[in-house]
Amino acid sequence: MLSEEERRDIELEAPHYATREALCIDALRIVQGHRGYVSDQALQEIADYLGLPLSQVEGAATFYNLIFRHPVGAQVIFVCDSVSCWIMGCERLLERLRAHLATDVGGTSPDGRYTLLTVPCLGACALAPVLMIGETLHGHVTADSLPDLLGKGA
Amino acid sequence: MERPLTRNIRPHEPPLALEDYRRVGGYEAVRKALAQSPEAITETVKEAGLRGCGGAGFQTGIKWSAVPMGPDAPHPKYLVVNADEMEPGSFKDRLLLEGDPHQMVEAIIVSSFAIQADQAYIFLRGEYVLARRRLNAAIGEAYAAGLLGPRILGSDYGLELHVHSSAGRYMCGEASALLNALEGGRAIPRAKAVRTAVSGLWGKPTVVNNVETLCNVPHIVNNGAAWYQSLGLGDAAGTKIYGASGKVGRPGAWELPLGTALRAIIEEHAGGMRDGVAFRACLPGGASTAFVGEAGLDAAMDWHGMQSVGSRLGTGTVIVLDDQTCPVGMLLSLQQFFAQESCGWCTPCWSGLHWVASLLHRFEAGEATEDDFDLLRTQADHLTKGYTFCGLAPGAMESLASGLDLFRDDFMRHVSLRRCPWRT
Ligand SMILES: Cc1cc2nc3c(=O)[nH]c(=O)nc-3n(C[C@H](O)[C@H](O)[C@H](O)COP(=O)(O)O)c2cc1C
Ligand code: SF4
Ligand code: FES
Repeated sequence: MLSEEERRDIELEAPHYATREALCIDALRIVQGHRGYVSDQALQEIADYLGLPLSQVEGAATFYNLIFRHPVGAQVIFVCDSVSCWIMGCERLLERLRAHLATDVGGTSPDGRYTLLTVPCLGACALAPVLMIGETLHGHVTADSLPDLLGKGA
Repeated sequence: MERPLTRNIRPHEPPLALEDYRRVGGYEAVRKALAQSPEAITETVKEAGLRGCGGAGFQTGIKWSAVPMGPDAPHPKYLVVNADEMEPGSFKDRLLLEGDPHQMVEAIIVSSFAIQADQAYIFLRGEYVLARRRLNAAIGEAYAAGLLGPRILGSDYGLELHVHSSAGRYMCGEASALLNALEGGRAIPRAKAVRTAVSGLWGKPTVVNNVETLCNVPHIVNNGAAWYQSLGLGDAAGTKIYGASGKVGRPGAWELPLGTALRAIIEEHAGGMRDGVAFRACLPGGASTAFVGEAGLDAAMDWHGMQSVGSRLGTGTVIVLDDQTCPVGMLLSLQQFFAQESCGWCTPCWSGLHWVASLLHRFEAGEATEDDFDLLRTQADHLTKGYTFCGLAPGAMESLASGLDLFRDDFMRHVSLRRCPWRT
């Protein structure tokens, strides 16, 4: 069953929408906020709580980029791999990150601190190459500035 | 030169709080609007010639006119702000949302009043965390000041406003898919036979507009249609937030008269190319627009100007390709994005875009033949308007089709060298 906090957070959103169904995506984000990711069990709990078919909740959960269906590290690094960042060298950056974190894109560093993901254009193309660590955006990232950023993000 | 949209925005400084925003004339447009009829506001917006900044350039006043009005109109009615900004190379809405959130809120109140909306949503990209915080702070202040909620400023008109933070997918930006996302489902598009203005969110009259589009509205209400038209160059009305990214001297965004020449944006405002690289071509309005080469640089960056050189204004943010960057690699990056973000609803798109991306990958890997070039050509001709359910795939083909024309020699060098000439 969803925790009391999870249910409370969902109910805070409820008055803004015309149907319970519309809470599905907020519920996924809220549960993920509390648990780090959305497990199969969590999908069922959300479906039960909102009174929706499991398939509908799963359909939404698998569609959206920011819903994690597997456990992630303490922080997620989102590296923009879209066109402007590609021109400005995000491939090299990703290579460095893979080596530094000893994981591929989609994986988590062995110490469990970071999950490495790519993300479409972060809307900060003038600062390319760009990445987000958790909720913080970093621009003009270079291979040399990476160790510093990762230190700070910890 | 007047810069209504960005006049309150100071780089690296927090946005204006309510009191300061009001001191510089903020929320005057709400007062002015409430003293008029909703239809009069729509008429002024129509006269001003405001066109959608989300990419398609539809006339805003005409879109609003399709909403049922009067005592028999169905309620609740909705205004939805499309703040999903995810088109690669586009970064103008973030600037407005983070830089002047009260302008966004004021724009929403005035625009909602014009269509007599009861509820407004800002459909915000999930990654825009700072924008979310700032918008929610501004909305909180506006509610406390009686600018939102029932009986705004003592009038009969009331409005609720809520920020919906998206869970992320490019398709959420497509107006009808956005409504499905807001209703809690997958972001797949709706049939266009039924107009959103009549039956949109939860089957009720709904208008979806881009952030930048709406931010113009309070200024039009304050200063009039003639003033707005005088801001643009030539036939164009108003200002536009242009941007430039890639290996230019000063990548950034600038509010300039609509109709400014593409060359002026790149050479003056963006500071030209960086030392050691030369201009090759650009995508003038984000990832879904066609390449423009040197020959098209003197065209005006407006709806007609970009059409005259075979492209589109799109989002107005220019992506510059230089001579030290592989054009095939750039196309691969673009097409990988579109293939990944296809919503999977119709086969030509989900299947075709992956094929396109894999063909481009063959060139980059040195495995392609001349036949693969022809295959790409075929795809570019077939994934166009009318063959797919929404505009994603046709948009994706704009850079591909123009890129195949402009960079044929580069493709062929990948074939003859059996590798990418830019990779060692
Ligand atoms: C795949 C796709 C993605 C889109 N993404 C956005 C977006 O992020 N923001 C936006 O304002 N419009 C986007 N649009 C355009 C919208 O469908 C719609 O035309 C626009 O929001 C209408 O607002 P406007 O008339 O003010 O431009 C997208 C269209 C397509 C086909
Ligand atoms: S064109 Fe692509 S994105 Fe649009 S409906 Fe079809 S599959 Fe979905
Ligand atoms: S392309 Fe990376 S932020 Fe836009």
